[in-house]
Amino acid sequence: MSGFDFDVIQRSWVYLFREGMSFTLTLTALAMAGGIVFGTLLAMMRLSSMKPVSMFAGAYVNLMRSIPLVLVIFWFFFLVPYIGAWVIDAKEPIKVGAFWSAAITFTMFEAAYYCEIMRAGIQSIPRGQVWSGYALGLDYWQTMARIVLPQAFRNMLPVLLTQTIILFQDTSLVYVISATDFLGAAAKVANRDYRLVEMYSFVAVVYFVVSYGLSSLVRRLQDRIAIVK
Amino acid sequence: MNYNWHWKVLLETEPGGTGTYLHYLIVGLGWTLATALAAWVIALAIGALVGTLRTTPLKWAVRMGNLYVEIFRNVPLIVQMFLWFFVVPELLPKGLGDWIKQMPPPWSSYLPAVLCLGIFTSVRVAEQVRAGINSLPRGQRMAGIAMGLTEAQTYLTVTLPQAFRIILPPLTSEFMNVIKNSSVALTIGLLELTGRARAMQEFSFRVFEAFTAATVIYLLTNLIVVVLMRALEKKVRVPGLIVAAGAPQAGH
Repeated sequence: MSGFDFDVIQRSWVYLFREGMSFTLTLTALAMAGGIVFGTLLAMMRLSSMKPVSMFAGAYVNLMRSIPLVLVIFWFFFLVPYIGAWVIDAKEPIKVGAFWSAAITFTMFEAAYYCEIMRAGIQSIPRGQVWSGYALGLDYWQTMARIVLPQAFRNMLPVLLTQTIILFQDTSLVYVISATDFLGAAAKVANRDYRLVEMYSFVAVVYFVVSYGLSSLVRRLQDRIAIVK
Repeated sequence: MNYNWHWKVLLETEPGGTGTYLHYLIVGLGWTLATALAAWVIALAIGALVGTLRTTPLKWAVRMGNLYVEIFRNVPLIVQMFLWFFVVPELLPKGLGDWIKQMPPPWSSYLPAVLCLGIFTSVRVAEQVRAGINSLPRGQRMAGIAMGLTEAQTYLTVTLPQAFRIILPPLTSEFMNVIKNSSVALTIGLLELTGRARAMQEFSFRVFEAFTAATVIYLLTNLIVVVLMRALEKKVRVPGLIVAAGAPQAGH
Protein backbone atom coordinates (compact mmCIF):
# COMPACT_ATOMS: atom_id res chain seq x y z
CA MET A 1 0.00 0.00 0.00
CA SER A 2 1.50 3.28 -1.09
CA GLY A 3 0.52 5.52 1.82
CA PHE A 4 -2.92 6.84 2.64
CA ASP A 5 -3.69 9.86 0.47
CA PHE A 6 -5.75 12.34 2.49
CA ASP A 7 -5.45 14.83 -0.32
CA VAL A 8 -8.07 13.13 -2.47
CA ILE A 9 -10.63 13.46 0.34
CA GLN A 10 -9.75 17.09 0.87
CA ARG A 11 -10.20 17.73 -2.84
CA SER A 12 -13.53 15.95 -3.14
CA TRP A 13 -15.40 16.27 0.14
CA VAL A 14 -17.35 19.37 -0.91
CA TYR A 15 -18.58 17.51 -4.00
CA LEU A 16 -19.35 14.38 -1.95
CA PHE A 17 -21.55 16.26 0.48
CA ARG A 18 -23.13 18.77 -1.88
CA GLU A 19 -24.00 16.24 -4.59
CA GLY A 20 -23.95 12.91 -2.81
CA MET A 21 -25.08 13.44 0.75
CA SER A 22 -27.86 15.84 -0.26
CA PHE A 23 -29.19 13.12 -2.63
CA THR A 24 -28.98 10.54 0.14
CA LEU A 25 -30.67 12.74 2.75
CA THR A 26 -33.45 13.94 0.43
CA LEU A 27 -34.13 10.37 -0.64
CA THR A 28 -34.18 9.20 2.99
CA ALA A 29 -36.55 11.99 4.05
CA LEU A 30 -38.96 11.43 1.15
CA ALA A 31 -38.99 7.66 1.56
CA MET A 32 -39.47 7.98 5.31
CA ALA A 33 -42.44 10.34 4.97
CA GLY A 34 -44.02 8.36 2.13
CA GLY A 35 -43.17 5.03 3.72
CA ILE A 36 -44.76 5.92 7.06
CA VAL A 37 -47.94 7.26 5.40
CA PHE A 38 -48.36 4.21 3.13
CA GLY A 39 -47.15 1.88 5.87
CA THR A 40 -49.80 3.17 8.28
CA LEU A 41 -52.50 2.79 5.64
CA LEU A 42 -51.27 -0.74 4.89
CA ALA A 43 -51.32 -1.57 8.61
CA MET A 44 -54.92 -0.35 8.86
CA MET A 45 -55.76 -2.45 5.81
CA ARG A 46 -54.07 -5.53 7.28
CA LEU A 47 -56.11 -5.14 10.45
CA SER A 48 -59.32 -4.49 8.54
CA SER A 49 -62.26 -6.84 9.05
CA MET A 50 -62.85 -6.84 5.29
CA LYS A 51 -61.13 -10.02 4.12
CA PRO A 52 -60.10 -8.93 0.59
CA VAL A 53 -58.60 -5.70 1.92
CA SER A 54 -56.53 -7.41 4.61
CA MET A 55 -55.48 -10.17 2.23
CA PHE A 56 -54.30 -7.69 -0.37
CA ALA A 57 -52.25 -5.74 2.19
CA GLY A 58 -50.86 -8.97 3.64
CA ALA A 59 -49.82 -10.25 0.22
CA TYR A 60 -48.14 -6.95 -0.65
CA VAL A 61 -46.21 -6.79 2.62
CA ASN A 62 -45.11 -10.42 2.45
CA LEU A 63 -44.01 -10.08 -1.16
CA MET A 64 -41.89 -7.02 -0.42
CA ARG A 65 -40.35 -8.68 2.63
CA SER A 66 -39.51 -11.86 0.73
CA ILE A 67 -37.37 -10.47 -2.06
CA PRO A 68 -34.04 -8.63 -1.86
CA LEU A 69 -34.04 -4.84 -1.92
CA VAL A 70 -31.60 -4.89 -4.83
CA LEU A 71 -34.12 -6.84 -6.91
CA VAL A 72 -36.89 -4.43 -5.89
CA ILE A 73 -34.72 -1.51 -7.02
CA PHE A 74 -34.23 -3.15 -10.42
CA TRP A 75 -37.94 -3.94 -10.68
CA PHE A 76 -39.05 -0.38 -10.06
CA PHE A 77 -36.27 1.11 -12.17
CA PHE A 78 -37.76 -0.63 -15.21
CA LEU A 79 -41.39 -0.70 -14.08
CA VAL A 80 -41.90 2.95 -13.12
CA PRO A 81 -41.59 4.24 -16.74
CA TYR A 82 -44.37 1.84 -17.78
CA ILE A 83 -46.59 2.77 -14.82
CA GLY A 84 -45.98 6.44 -15.58
CA ALA A 85 -46.99 5.92 -19.20
CA TRP A 86 -50.11 4.09 -18.07
CA VAL A 87 -51.04 6.87 -15.62
CA ILE A 88 -50.69 9.71 -18.14
CA ASP A 89 -51.98 7.48 -20.94
CA ALA A 90 -48.84 7.74 -23.07
CA LYS A 91 -47.99 5.24 -25.82
CA GLU A 92 -44.31 4.84 -24.93
CA PRO A 93 -42.73 4.27 -21.49
CA ILE A 94 -41.87 7.70 -20.06
CA LYS A 95 -38.41 8.75 -18.91
CA VAL A 96 -37.93 8.79 -15.14
CA GLY A 97 -34.64 9.89 -13.58
CA ALA A 98 -32.70 7.77 -11.10
CA PHE A 99 -33.80 10.00 -8.22
CA TRP A 100 -37.54 9.66 -8.69
CA SER A 101 -37.23 6.01 -9.51
CA ALA A 102 -35.33 5.52 -6.26
CA ALA A 103 -37.78 7.67 -4.29
CA ILE A 104 -40.74 5.57 -5.47
CA THR A 105 -38.84 2.31 -4.88
CA PHE A 106 -37.85 3.12 -1.32
CA THR A 107 -41.28 4.52 -0.44
CA MET A 108 -43.02 1.38 -1.65
CA PHE A 109 -40.42 -0.97 -0.17
CA GLU A 110 -40.13 0.69 3.22
CA ALA A 111 -43.93 0.95 3.48
CA ALA A 112 -43.97 -2.83 3.96
CA TYR A 113 -41.53 -2.59 6.88
CA TYR A 114 -43.17 0.48 8.45
CA CYS A 115 -46.48 -1.37 8.08
CA GLU A 116 -45.34 -4.20 10.33
CA ILE A 117 -44.13 -1.71 12.94
CA MET A 118 -47.38 0.28 12.84
CA ARG A 119 -49.42 -2.89 12.96
CA ALA A 120 -47.68 -3.88 16.18
CA GLY A 121 -48.23 -0.32 17.43
CA ILE A 122 -51.95 -0.36 16.68
CA GLN A 123 -52.30 -3.81 18.22
CA SER A 124 -50.61 -2.59 21.39
CA ILE A 125 -53.50 -0.17 22.06
CA PRO A 126 -56.14 -1.67 24.39
CA ARG A 127 -59.43 -2.43 22.69
CA GLY A 128 -61.29 -0.33 25.23
CA GLN A 129 -59.76 2.76 23.60
CA VAL A 130 -61.47 1.96 20.31
CA TRP A 131 -64.78 1.12 21.98
CA SER A 132 -64.78 4.33 23.96
CA GLY A 133 -64.13 6.21 20.73
CA TYR A 134 -67.17 4.58 19.12
CA ALA A 135 -69.18 5.14 22.30
CA LEU A 136 -68.42 8.85 22.03
CA GLY A 137 -69.95 8.80 18.57
CA LEU A 138 -66.72 8.98 16.55
CA ASP A 139 -66.57 7.02 13.29
CA TYR A 140 -63.73 4.67 12.26
CA TRP A 141 -61.53 7.37 10.72
CA GLN A 142 -62.00 9.77 13.62
CA THR A 143 -61.24 7.03 16.16
CA MET A 144 -58.11 6.07 14.26
CA ALA A 145 -56.89 9.63 13.68
CA ARG A 146 -57.57 10.99 17.15
CA ILE A 147 -57.28 8.07 19.53
CA VAL A 148 -55.47 5.02 18.18
CA LEU A 149 -52.82 6.34 15.79
CA PRO A 150 -51.41 9.11 18.04
CA GLN A 151 -50.81 6.56 20.80
CA ALA A 152 -49.48 3.96 18.38
CA PHE A 153 -47.04 6.46 16.91
CA ARG A 154 -45.76 7.45 20.31
CA ASN A 155 -45.26 3.85 21.40
CA MET A 156 -43.51 2.94 18.17
CA LEU A 157 -41.46 6.10 17.73
CA PRO A 158 -38.09 4.54 18.64
CA VAL A 159 -38.65 1.57 16.30
CA LEU A 160 -39.83 3.85 13.49
CA LEU A 161 -36.70 5.97 13.88
CA THR A 162 -34.43 2.91 14.00
CA GLN A 163 -36.05 1.71 10.78
CA THR A 164 -35.32 5.13 9.31
CA ILE A 165 -31.63 4.79 10.20
CA ILE A 166 -31.63 1.45 8.37
CA LEU A 167 -33.35 3.17 5.45
CA PHE A 168 -30.62 5.84 5.48
CA GLN A 169 -28.00 3.09 5.17
CA ASP A 170 -29.98 1.17 2.55
CA THR A 171 -30.30 4.13 0.21
CA SER A 172 -26.63 3.43 -0.63
CA LEU A 173 -27.93 0.50 -2.71
CA VAL A 174 -29.04 2.96 -5.42
CA TYR A 175 -25.44 2.41 -6.51
CA VAL A 176 -26.83 -0.47 -8.63
CA ILE A 177 -28.78 1.96 -10.82
CA SER A 178 -25.76 4.31 -11.01
CA ALA A 179 -27.37 7.11 -9.02
CA THR A 180 -25.04 9.70 -7.50
CA ASP A 181 -25.81 9.29 -3.83
CA PHE A 182 -23.07 9.64 -1.20
CA LEU A 183 -21.57 6.26 -2.07
CA GLY A 184 -22.10 6.77 -5.79
CA ALA A 185 -20.32 10.14 -5.71
CA ALA A 186 -17.42 8.62 -3.76
CA ALA A 187 -17.23 5.70 -6.19
CA LYS A 188 -16.98 8.14 -9.10
CA VAL A 189 -14.08 10.01 -7.50
CA ALA A 190 -12.47 6.72 -6.41
CA ASN A 191 -12.48 5.31 -9.93
CA ARG A 192 -11.43 8.56 -11.57
CA ASP A 193 -8.41 9.12 -9.32
CA TYR A 194 -7.83 5.42 -8.61
CA ARG A 195 -8.10 6.05 -4.88
CA LEU A 196 -10.50 3.27 -3.84
CA VAL A 197 -8.95 2.57 -0.44
CA GLU A 198 -9.16 6.19 0.68
CA MET A 199 -12.62 6.94 -0.68
CA TYR A 200 -14.36 3.80 0.54
CA SER A 201 -12.76 4.09 3.98
CA PHE A 202 -13.92 7.69 4.17
CA VAL A 203 -17.46 6.69 3.13
CA ALA A 204 -17.54 4.00 5.81
CA VAL A 205 -16.41 6.46 8.48
CA VAL A 206 -19.04 9.06 7.49
CA TYR A 207 -21.85 6.49 7.45
CA PHE A 208 -20.69 5.17 10.80
CA VAL A 209 -20.58 8.58 12.44
CA VAL A 210 -24.04 9.58 11.17
CA SER A 211 -25.72 6.24 11.94
CA TYR A 212 -24.08 5.85 15.33
CA GLY A 213 -24.94 9.42 16.29
CA LEU A 214 -28.57 8.98 15.27
CA SER A 215 -28.96 5.63 17.00
CA SER A 216 -27.51 7.07 20.22
CA LEU A 217 -30.14 9.80 20.04
CA VAL A 218 -32.86 7.17 19.49
CA ARG A 219 -31.64 5.25 22.54
CA ARG A 220 -31.85 8.38 24.69
CA LEU A 221 -35.35 9.04 23.38
CA GLN A 222 -36.30 5.46 24.16
CA ASP A 223 -35.17 5.88 27.76
CA ARG A 224 -37.21 9.07 28.12
CA ILE A 225 -40.33 7.47 26.69
CA ALA A 226 -39.83 4.45 28.92
CA ILE A 227 -39.84 6.67 32.02
CA VAL A 228 -43.02 8.47 30.97
CA LYS A 229 -44.92 5.17 30.69
CA MET B 1 -49.77 -1.36 -19.87
CA ASN B 2 -48.71 -2.73 -23.21
CA TYR B 3 -45.81 -5.04 -22.58
CA ASN B 4 -45.44 -8.08 -24.77
CA TRP B 5 -44.63 -11.01 -22.55
CA HIS B 6 -42.37 -13.61 -24.05
CA TRP B 7 -41.99 -16.40 -21.52
CA LYS B 8 -40.28 -18.77 -23.95
CA VAL B 9 -37.13 -16.69 -23.46
CA LEU B 10 -36.48 -18.78 -20.34
CA LEU B 11 -35.87 -21.80 -22.56
CA GLU B 12 -33.57 -20.02 -24.99
CA THR B 13 -29.81 -20.50 -24.72
CA GLU B 14 -27.91 -17.87 -22.78
CA PRO B 15 -24.94 -16.27 -24.61
CA GLY B 16 -22.37 -18.03 -22.39
CA GLY B 17 -23.58 -21.29 -23.90
CA THR B 18 -23.95 -23.10 -20.57
CA GLY B 19 -27.61 -23.89 -21.15
CA THR B 20 -31.00 -22.21 -21.05
CA TYR B 21 -31.68 -18.95 -19.21
CA LEU B 22 -33.73 -20.91 -16.70
CA HIS B 23 -30.72 -23.11 -15.98
CA TYR B 24 -28.58 -19.95 -15.77
CA LEU B 25 -30.89 -18.54 -13.08
CA ILE B 26 -31.02 -21.83 -11.14
CA VAL B 27 -27.20 -21.89 -11.02
CA GLY B 28 -27.52 -18.33 -9.69
CA LEU B 29 -29.75 -19.64 -6.92
CA GLY B 30 -27.01 -22.18 -6.18
CA TRP B 31 -24.51 -19.34 -5.70
CA THR B 32 -27.00 -17.41 -3.59
CA LEU B 33 -27.44 -20.40 -1.29
CA ALA B 34 -23.72 -21.25 -1.24
CA THR B 35 -22.94 -17.66 -0.20
CA ALA B 36 -25.77 -17.49 2.34
CA LEU B 37 -24.98 -20.85 3.96
CA ALA B 38 -21.25 -20.20 4.31
CA ALA B 39 -21.95 -16.73 5.70
CA TRP B 40 -24.53 -18.21 8.08
CA VAL B 41 -21.94 -20.58 9.57
CA ILE B 42 -19.62 -17.64 10.26
CA ALA B 43 -22.50 -15.54 11.59
CA LEU B 44 -23.64 -18.24 14.01
CA ALA B 45 -20.13 -18.91 15.32
CA ILE B 46 -19.13 -15.27 15.87
CA GLY B 47 -22.64 -14.19 16.85
CA ALA B 48 -22.93 -16.84 19.56
CA LEU B 49 -19.51 -15.91 20.94
CA VAL B 50 -20.01 -12.13 20.90
CA GLY B 51 -23.59 -12.35 22.15
CA THR B 52 -22.52 -14.55 25.05
CA LEU B 53 -19.55 -12.32 25.94
CA ARG B 54 -21.90 -9.35 26.19
CA THR B 55 -23.87 -11.07 28.96
CA THR B 56 -20.84 -11.94 31.10
CA PRO B 57 -19.80 -9.88 34.14
CA LEU B 58 -16.47 -9.19 32.41
CA LYS B 59 -16.43 -5.43 31.76
CA TRP B 60 -13.78 -5.51 29.01
CA ALA B 61 -15.53 -8.35 27.18
CA VAL B 62 -18.84 -6.48 27.21
CA ARG B 63 -17.14 -3.36 25.93
CA MET B 64 -15.33 -5.21 23.14
CA GLY B 65 -18.59 -6.89 22.17
CA ASN B 66 -20.44 -3.56 22.08
CA LEU B 67 -17.71 -2.01 19.95
CA TYR B 68 -17.87 -4.91 17.48
CA VAL B 69 -21.64 -4.67 17.21
CA GLU B 70 -21.70 -0.90 16.76
CA ILE B 71 -19.02 -0.91 14.05
CA PHE B 72 -20.64 -3.49 11.84
CA ARG B 73 -24.19 -2.32 12.46
CA ASN B 74 -23.67 1.31 11.51
CA VAL B 75 -21.99 0.92 8.12
CA PRO B 76 -24.20 0.00 5.12
CA LEU B 77 -23.80 -3.53 3.80
CA ILE B 78 -22.73 -2.42 0.31
CA VAL B 79 -20.00 -0.19 1.81
CA GLN B 80 -18.80 -3.15 3.89
CA MET B 81 -18.77 -5.24 0.67
CA PHE B 82 -16.53 -2.64 -0.97
CA LEU B 83 -14.26 -2.56 2.07
CA TRP B 84 -13.77 -6.33 1.98
CA PHE B 85 -13.34 -6.41 -1.78
CA PHE B 86 -11.30 -3.28 -2.55
CA VAL B 87 -9.74 -2.16 0.72
CA VAL B 88 -8.87 -5.22 2.82
CA PRO B 89 -6.59 -6.87 0.19
CA GLU B 90 -4.58 -3.63 0.06
CA LEU B 91 -4.12 -3.55 3.84
CA LEU B 92 -2.99 -7.18 4.11
CA PRO B 93 0.65 -8.19 3.61
CA LYS B 94 1.40 -7.86 -0.09
CA GLY B 95 1.70 -11.57 -0.85
CA LEU B 96 -1.61 -12.48 0.78
CA GLY B 97 -3.41 -9.47 -0.73
CA ASP B 98 -2.21 -10.35 -4.22
CA TRP B 99 -3.19 -13.97 -3.75
CA ILE B 100 -6.76 -12.90 -2.90
CA LYS B 101 -6.95 -10.47 -5.81
CA GLN B 102 -5.63 -13.06 -8.27
CA MET B 103 -8.01 -15.85 -7.31
CA PRO B 104 -9.96 -16.96 -10.37
CA PRO B 105 -13.53 -15.67 -10.58
CA PRO B 106 -16.00 -16.25 -9.02
CA TRP B 107 -13.86 -17.07 -5.98
CA SER B 108 -12.29 -13.61 -5.90
CA SER B 109 -15.79 -12.21 -5.24
CA TYR B 110 -17.16 -15.19 -3.35
CA LEU B 111 -14.61 -15.08 -0.52
CA PRO B 112 -15.01 -11.36 0.33
CA ALA B 113 -18.79 -11.68 -0.03
CA VAL B 114 -18.97 -14.58 2.42
CA LEU B 115 -16.71 -12.86 4.97
CA CYS B 116 -18.63 -9.60 4.65
CA LEU B 117 -22.09 -11.17 4.94
CA GLY B 118 -20.97 -13.48 7.73
CA ILE B 119 -19.66 -10.66 9.88
CA PHE B 120 -22.55 -8.33 9.00
CA THR B 121 -25.04 -11.01 10.06
CA SER B 122 -23.05 -12.06 13.13
CA VAL B 123 -23.95 -8.71 14.69
CA ARG B 124 -27.65 -9.44 14.35
CA VAL B 125 -27.17 -12.99 15.66
CA ALA B 126 -25.19 -11.59 18.60
CA GLU B 127 -28.10 -9.29 19.47
CA GLN B 128 -30.52 -12.20 19.39
CA VAL B 129 -28.26 -14.45 21.47
CA ARG B 130 -27.82 -11.72 24.07
CA ALA B 131 -31.57 -11.10 24.19
CA GLY B 132 -32.19 -14.84 24.48
CA ILE B 133 -29.79 -15.27 27.41
CA ASN B 134 -31.16 -12.17 29.15
CA SER B 135 -34.73 -13.43 28.77
CA LEU B 136 -33.97 -16.48 30.92
CA PRO B 137 -34.85 -16.27 34.62
CA ARG B 138 -31.79 -15.35 36.71
CA GLY B 139 -32.41 -18.44 38.80
CA GLN B 140 -31.21 -20.64 35.93
CA ARG B 141 -27.68 -19.30 36.10
CA MET B 142 -27.69 -19.20 39.89
CA ALA B 143 -28.87 -22.81 40.08
CA GLY B 144 -26.04 -23.82 37.75
CA ILE B 145 -23.46 -22.07 39.93
CA ALA B 146 -25.05 -23.48 43.10
CA MET B 147 -24.70 -27.00 41.69
CA GLY B 148 -20.97 -26.45 41.49
CA LEU B 149 -20.68 -25.78 37.78
CA THR B 150 -18.13 -23.22 36.68
CA GLU B 151 -19.28 -20.09 34.87
CA ALA B 152 -18.29 -21.62 31.52
CA GLN B 153 -20.05 -24.93 32.29
CA THR B 154 -23.19 -23.03 33.29
CA TYR B 155 -23.22 -21.27 29.94
CA LEU B 156 -22.56 -24.43 27.96
CA THR B 157 -24.96 -26.76 29.73
CA VAL B 158 -27.67 -24.51 31.20
CA THR B 159 -28.17 -21.07 29.67
CA LEU B 160 -26.98 -21.37 26.06
CA PRO B 161 -28.97 -24.51 25.15
CA GLN B 162 -32.15 -22.86 26.44
CA ALA B 163 -31.36 -19.51 24.85
CA PHE B 164 -30.85 -21.08 21.42
CA ARG B 165 -34.14 -22.91 21.62
CA ILE B 166 -35.91 -19.66 22.51
CA ILE B 167 -34.33 -17.55 19.77
CA LEU B 168 -34.84 -20.01 16.93
CA PRO B 169 -37.80 -18.09 15.40
CA PRO B 170 -35.91 -14.77 15.13
CA LEU B 171 -32.88 -16.67 13.85
CA THR B 172 -35.07 -18.07 11.08
CA SER B 173 -35.85 -14.59 9.87
CA GLU B 174 -32.17 -13.67 10.13
CA PHE B 175 -31.35 -16.64 7.92
CA MET B 176 -33.84 -15.43 5.34
CA ASN B 177 -32.21 -12.01 5.59
CA VAL B 178 -28.83 -13.54 4.70
CA ILE B 179 -30.34 -15.11 1.60
CA LYS B 180 -31.79 -11.76 0.56
CA ASN B 181 -28.71 -9.75 1.54
CA SER B 182 -26.42 -12.00 -0.52
CA SER B 183 -27.82 -10.16 -3.55
CA VAL B 184 -25.65 -7.18 -2.58
CA ALA B 185 -22.65 -9.32 -3.60
CA LEU B 186 -23.55 -8.60 -7.23
CA THR B 187 -21.93 -5.18 -6.72
CA ILE B 188 -18.54 -6.89 -6.34
CA GLY B 189 -19.15 -9.14 -9.32
CA LEU B 190 -20.65 -12.29 -7.83
CA LEU B 191 -23.24 -13.63 -10.27
CA GLU B 192 -25.83 -14.88 -7.81
CA LEU B 193 -29.56 -14.99 -8.52
CA THR B 194 -30.27 -11.25 -8.69
CA GLY B 195 -27.03 -10.62 -10.59
CA ARG B 196 -27.96 -13.28 -13.13
CA ALA B 197 -31.48 -11.90 -13.52
CA ARG B 198 -29.91 -8.53 -14.24
CA ALA B 199 -27.45 -10.10 -16.72
CA MET B 200 -30.26 -12.02 -18.42
CA GLN B 201 -32.18 -8.76 -18.78
CA GLU B 202 -29.15 -7.18 -20.45
CA PHE B 203 -28.51 -10.10 -22.82
CA SER B 204 -32.09 -10.83 -23.83
CA PHE B 205 -33.80 -7.42 -23.34
CA ARG B 206 -36.61 -9.33 -21.61
CA VAL B 207 -36.78 -7.15 -18.49
CA PHE B 208 -39.89 -8.34 -16.71
CA GLU B 209 -39.55 -12.03 -17.59
CA ALA B 210 -36.09 -12.06 -16.01
CA PHE B 211 -37.15 -10.25 -12.83
CA THR B 212 -40.40 -12.19 -12.50
CA ALA B 213 -38.51 -15.47 -12.75
CA ALA B 214 -36.02 -14.33 -10.09
CA THR B 215 -38.86 -13.12 -7.84
CA VAL B 216 -40.66 -16.45 -8.11
CA ILE B 217 -37.45 -18.35 -7.31
CA TYR B 218 -36.87 -16.18 -4.23
CA LEU B 219 -40.46 -16.71 -3.08
CA LEU B 220 -40.19 -20.49 -3.49
CA THR B 221 -36.87 -20.53 -1.60
CA ASN B 222 -38.44 -18.51 1.21
CA LEU B 223 -41.38 -20.86 1.35
CA ILE B 224 -39.15 -23.93 1.64
CA VAL B 225 -37.00 -22.32 4.35
CA VAL B 226 -40.09 -21.28 6.33
CA VAL B 227 -41.65 -24.75 6.14
CA LEU B 228 -38.43 -26.48 7.21
CA MET B 229 -37.72 -24.04 10.01
CA ARG B 230 -41.28 -24.18 11.38
CA ALA B 231 -40.89 -27.95 11.64
CA LEU B 232 -37.58 -27.52 13.46
CA GLU B 233 -39.02 -24.83 15.73
CA LYS B 234 -41.87 -27.14 16.70
CA LYS B 235 -39.39 -29.85 17.57
CA VAL B 236 -37.06 -27.82 19.76
CA ARG B 237 -39.63 -25.53 21.37
CA VAL B 238 -39.18 -25.36 25.15
CA PRO B 239 -42.27 -27.07 26.61
CA GLY B 240 -44.28 -24.85 28.89
CA LEU B 241 -43.01 -21.59 27.43
CA ILE B 242 -45.51 -19.51 25.55
CA VAL B 243 -43.91 -18.59 22.25
CA ALA B 244 -43.94 -14.83 22.42
CA ALA B 245 -44.31 -12.90 19.20
CA GLY B 246 -41.39 -10.77 20.35
CA ALA B 247 -41.11 -7.03 20.35
CA PRO B 248 -41.36 -5.43 16.91
CA GLN B 249 -37.90 -4.81 15.57
CA ALA B 250 -36.59 -2.63 12.83
CA GLY B 251 -34.68 -4.48 10.17
CA HIS B 252 -34.49 -5.89 6.72
